[in-house]
Amino acid sequence: MSKIKPRGKVPKKAAMDEVIEIKTLIRHPMHSGRMKDKDGKNIPRQIINSFKVDFEGKEIFKMKLEPSISTNPYIAFPYKAKKSGTFNFEWKDDSGNTYTMKRKMTVS
Amino acid sequence: MKTIKMKNISRRNAIVLMLGTAGYLMSSKIVFAGKEQVLKRIDEITKGKGAKELDIFLDLPEIAENGNQVKVNFEIESEMTKENYIKNVYILADGNPAPDIAKFSFTPDMGMCSATTRIRLSKTQNVVLVAENNKNEYFMTKSKVKVTIGGCGG
Repeated sequence: MSKIKPRGKVPKKAAMDEVIEIKTLIRHPMHSGRMKDKDGKNIPRQIINSFKVDFEGKEIFKMKLEPSISTNPYIAFPYKAKKSGTFNFEWKDDSGNTYTMKRKMTVS
Repeated sequence: MKTIKMKNISRRNAIVLMLGTAGYLMSSKIVFAGKEQVLKRIDEITKGKGAKELDIFLDLPEIAENGNQVKVNFEIESEMTKENYIKNVYILADGNPAPDIAKFSFTPDMGMCSATTRIRLSKTQNVVLVAENNKNEYFMTKSKVKVTIGGCGG
């Protein structure tokens, strides 16, 4: 299995009050618990079940994921730029692992 | 030889055999969520209030050639101010093993209410969007997606 690595696209610069689009993708198999491997054995459920974004310590967006979300979950959402700061992204999976990512944005 | 062996199976045995096969076929079939379960979930989400059908922008393909990666995009018109904003958006489907697909939680900081993700659809079905604002009012819309496996247009 390839290493689980989060990726994100946040504009480095934004104008005041501009609504920017944030795109994220995490490489994850998202085993729904219903698929079988080559030997016909059930692959246990293993999915990313939550996603959370903070900006300067304040929660701005949250998502709850179910097994019906595709492999390598892609999530895009808007944000209204008010000040410069850092976004903190956090994904959690069924075995309690947490994957994080930071992105900086400057508002002019 | 084979024909003689077949004759040895009595009528009673044949019936037992047939019932057994039918039972096996039924038990191995995947159970899908169905419309009732989606309605039940809407009832749970809205706490029995029910959701008003509204013309919400829910972008889904009419025909999905690959049910493993179906792009969903929605946009709900809202001021997104502290006094008036969309709090939660639920995505449900009636043809997957479970009705729930995702729950999005928005804040006024986002400036607008929209999001994009990719979902799995196991067959042709309705995708339902339920939105909840900060005044505990509920709105919904739905879209039918035809899922063709192998892309032959069936």
